[in-house]
Amino acid sequence: MAEKIVIKGLTKEFVTRDRVVTAVKDVDLTINEGEFVCIVGPSGCGKTTLLRILADLETETRGDIRVVHSDPSKPLNSMVFQEQSIFPWMNVRKNIGFGLKCRRVNKRIIEETVERYIQMIGLQKFGEAYPHQLSGGMKQRVSVARAFANDPEILLMDEPFAALDEQNKIMLQEELLKIWETERKTVVFITHSIDEALTLADRVIIMTSHPGTFKMSVDVDLPRPRRIAELRSDPHFNRLFTELWGVLREEVYKAKANEGLTINDDEFHPDHSQTLADESRLVL
Amino acid sequence: MAEKEPAVPQTAATDPGGEAARSVPTSVGIERPVDTPKKAKRRDSGSGWKGLLGFLSPVVVLILWEIAVPLGFVDGRFFPPPHAIAGTFWKMTLDGTLFADVRVSLVRIILGFLAGAIPGLIVGLSMGLFRPVRWILRPVISATYPIPKLALMPLIILMFGFGETQKVITIALGTFFMVLINTMAGVLNLDKIYLDVAKNYGASRRDFYTRIALPGAMPLIFTGLELGMGMALLLIVAAEMTGAVSGIGYRIWAAQAVFKTKEMFVAFIMISLLGYLFAEGLSSLQRRVIPWKQL
Ligand SMILES: Nc1ncnc2c1ncn2[C@@H]1O[C@H](COP(=O)(O)OP(=O)(O)O)[C@@H](O)[C@H]1O
Ligand SMILES: [Mg+2]
Repeated sequence: MAEKIVIKGLTKEFVTRDRVVTAVKDVDLTINEGEFVCIVGPSGCGKTTLLRILADLETETRGDIRVVHSDPSKPLNSMVFQEQSIFPWMNVRKNIGFGLKCRRVNKRIIEETVERYIQMIGLQKFGEAYPHQLSGGMKQRVSVARAFANDPEILLMDEPFAALDEQNKIMLQEELLKIWETERKTVVFITHSIDEALTLADRVIIMTSHPGTFKMSVDVDLPRPRRIAELRSDPHFNRLFTELWGVLREEVYKAKANEGLTINDDEFHPDHSQTLADESRLVL
Repeated sequence: MAEKEPAVPQTAATDPGGEAARSVPTSVGIERPVDTPKKAKRRDSGSGWKGLLGFLSPVVVLILWEIAVPLGFVDGRFFPPPHAIAGTFWKMTLDGTLFADVRVSLVRIILGFLAGAIPGLIVGLSMGLFRPVRWILRPVISATYPIPKLALMPLIILMFGFGETQKVITIALGTFFMVLINTMAGVLNLDKIYLDVAKNYGASRRDFYTRIALPGAMPLIFTGLELGMGMALLLIVAAEMTGAVSGIGYRIWAAQAVFKTKEMFVAFIMISLLGYLFAEGLSSLQRRVIPWKQL
């Protein structure tokens, strides 16, 4: 497979008034065309920063990034932001069609595309509603639809489902899987949920705690198409979960230690994956 | 962003995200409590007799005034009794001076307002959006903004003489700064995330103006327009002090020269009425232009 994103020795330092914060340090990472990569790491380890550099919203301090733009008729990347980012002054339809509108796409095609994605996120009845009339989860669904509708070569997703309730999360994960399994876009997906990473990804990248650097890459060799309900009871899924959490917990503890928190290690029972899942949710 | 969705999202068109509760950032020294209109409305409509009191209180003031003049509590030379003012009002309406005054002032105010507001809007958006523009223009604006526009009037008169241009420019100057400063503040107060989204989704420079900065800054732009309108009313009176033969402001000064306080009060009424109508016009425009803001 062709290389889509090649990152070498990437370092990002933020210079604030009184100090320099190294957000990302010496990251090496290659992502292939059509690959679905999840990045997992403790909060504050620089995941968002890495994604913003890929989206060209931040410039690297050191290092090389090469992103291949193969189809000039499509935008290179579209980002789903971690925080509330849909425009309060546009209704749901206008928000979803924003990228297409910026690219001066034919009006009728915009309408059709918006219609398709508004159905996907189940907000047909809210097409003319403004964001202040929507719940937080609904807003996040609109921002996901905005990225999908833009049909980019690379989807950059920064914890897009973190604020959603379980039903909506699973629904959108399934939708994302479906879209990806037919379109095979390159996806860089940040999450703090190991469950989610294993459900979606071809490969999970684990980052170290602050300053974030590449720690490990785990191939997720679960068969596709994946059914979320079946995955959860798959023994291989659980093995991978245990493996990932074993690596990740170390980093999470380091991150917590940096924050001055102490965690009593004996409280956890690492031999049972359900407890593990609880633990990972508790700590991440 | 951690709140849960309502159990039945399809029926929940409320605002659990709390967007409306977030107050609009205010610009330099302007108090703007965003949620007062809502509260005030609820309080007023709660009981009908309060509304009645609100209507009665000015009437009572007028009656007291009317009685106080013949009793000698109030000097009728400075405060002519309401019935006399009403008589003059009627007379000025019949002989056409009132209409002529209002028309002349209205044209000056509207021209001056537009001549100030439009450039103020454009420069304000540019300064808000583009840092180099801000770097270049901010010192100039900061240095000229504090100069009272009244202090500039003599210079404007020297440059343009007494005429329409002088009056329109005086009003335009006052409006310009109010709109500019609030528009810029509106753009600068925009959450940076919206600019990131626009950039990431390929917005052109024009998209930044028309789809992001302009609508995003709209609430503060309207604050600027309201303040600019107040400024215009203030300046029209000053601008018509000299070199005018009609206009509401002219009427006030002319009345002073010959001690016709009744005419003066008629002019006060008209200027208050204009202010009220402008404010109403702006707020109905605002409701139409900013449907995304809960009022
Ligand atoms: N604009 C910025 N200025 C200064 N420090 C920043 C900035 N953005 C992020 N950081 C710092 O960089 C580190 C990584 O942040 P971020 O990429 O948001 O982490 P994550 O998304 O993994 O939680 C944090 O310590 C954060 O405080
Ligand atoms: Mg983040």
